[in-house]
Amino acid sequence: MSDNTNPVTEQNPPVKKASEPLFSKRRKKFISDPMNDDNPITVQVLGICSALAVTSQLKPTLVMAIAVTFVIVFSNLITSLIRNLIPNRIRIIVQLAIIATFVILVDQVLRAYLFDVSKLLSVFVGLIITNCIVMGRLEAFAMGNKPWDSVLDGMGSSLGYAWVILAVAFFRELFGSGSLFGYKVFEEMGLAIPNNGLMVTSVGAFIILGLIIWVQRAKTGYVEH
Amino acid sequence: MQQSNSYIITFAIAMTVIVGGLLAGANQILKPAQQKALKLDKQKAILGTVITLKEGDNVNDLFTKNIKSEVVDYQGNVVEGVKASSVVTRKQYKQKDKTKKLFPVYKYEQNGKVDAYILPIYGNGLWNEIWGYIALQGDLKTVKGVVFDHAGETPGLGARITEGAIQKRYQNKLIFDQDGKLVSVTMVKGEGNPESALGKYKVDGMSGATLTANGVNAMLYNYLDLYLPYIKKQQNK
Repeated sequence: MSDNTNPVTEQNPPVKKASEPLFSKRRKKFISDPMNDDNPITVQVLGICSALAVTSQLKPTLVMAIAVTFVIVFSNLITSLIRNLIPNRIRIIVQLAIIATFVILVDQVLRAYLFDVSKLLSVFVGLIITNCIVMGRLEAFAMGNKPWDSVLDGMGSSLGYAWVILAVAFFRELFGSGSLFGYKVFEEMGLAIPNNGLMVTSVGAFIILGLIIWVQRAKTGYVEH
Repeated sequence: MQQSNSYIITFAIAMTVIVGGLLAGANQILKPAQQKALKLDKQKAILGTVITLKEGDNVNDLFTKNIKSEVVDYQGNVVEGVKASSVVTRKQYKQKDKTKKLFPVYKYEQNGKVDAYILPIYGNGLWNEIWGYIALQGDLKTVKGVVFDHAGETPGLGARITEGAIQKRYQNKLIFDQDGKLVSVTMVKGEGNPESALGKYKVDGMSGATLTANGVNAMLYNYLDLYLPYIKKQQNK
């Protein structure tokens, strides 16, 4: 990726290249692309395992989304900062070590301050280490781009991940348990809608995810090659 | 230079030191909060077997007000000078010599009378350890409630033992048959069995989690058996 737009000529001496605005058009794309056209879950089909497992209720899903965002953004930042120091031959191990460090930090903080949620998420916080979205962003983007770009890229990917799992969790909790964030919606509205046990299981997540992918691809016209 | 072996080794060592130091520091800082959370979780589990806790309840207050505890040995005699909170069930479970095992008993008291005896239980699930508490009513025959927890059971399958709906199935079941023999409460295979087919000693199973259910059954039986001398002693009082 080159941002070298002004070739140095004699008539046009290099004073000081105007720095790119923090949210230039190119940078906005880092955030917007993974939301839809390049969504990590629905288009790249990564991170499915956690998307299926933690989405039976909104609260743990939100915590998971925040945890993944934290891990991706900071791993991207650190990797990008030291990208010129990382020896090529052990770069994957270095990336994993960076991810693992942040994952352990997240896990420890959850255990200290959100014990109930950390129990609900159980092994899945630890498994963020193996979430291909994180590893994929480090290897594909942060290793070759500047820190701020990498932060934005990480933000975009994790928000793309977050909205999909939150959408799945919204429908699963609503129809599976009749509640949202534990608040009994149907009961309060006086509706006698029975809970759908299928939605509580992973099968329900597959169905919702499939529907999201279907709607999204029908709108964007994306075709798998 | 960057590709030389010595650079790679130096880089790896430096990274290990930095990451290790960072994590060790974080662990030290967060430890007190984690231990507090763990203690609160234990109190919640013990209280959860007898009452339904609401959000915002002061668990610590409720616990100190309503729960009395003691520690007994394998013969059911009270061991003096040992606090129940200091007995780690995991360690006691691994203690091979039965005569050295210690068993904490938590008593839920209402108006000065023991309303329920809450006993810690521990065992192995499908993937990892499982544990919990079983509360027996004052007669020490009827189950008042259970709370289970796990370290690594499959979410949506075995991990369902932590759900209130599953735990409710144990309420009012009996652990002794007519002759007074310990039968414990067993979870059957398959889900959706009619209550009439289950009777007083069995509870409905969790579909797709038979091996976790087997673990729960073994855990309940083993621990009730270990507490048997104490239970008999209290019943004959």
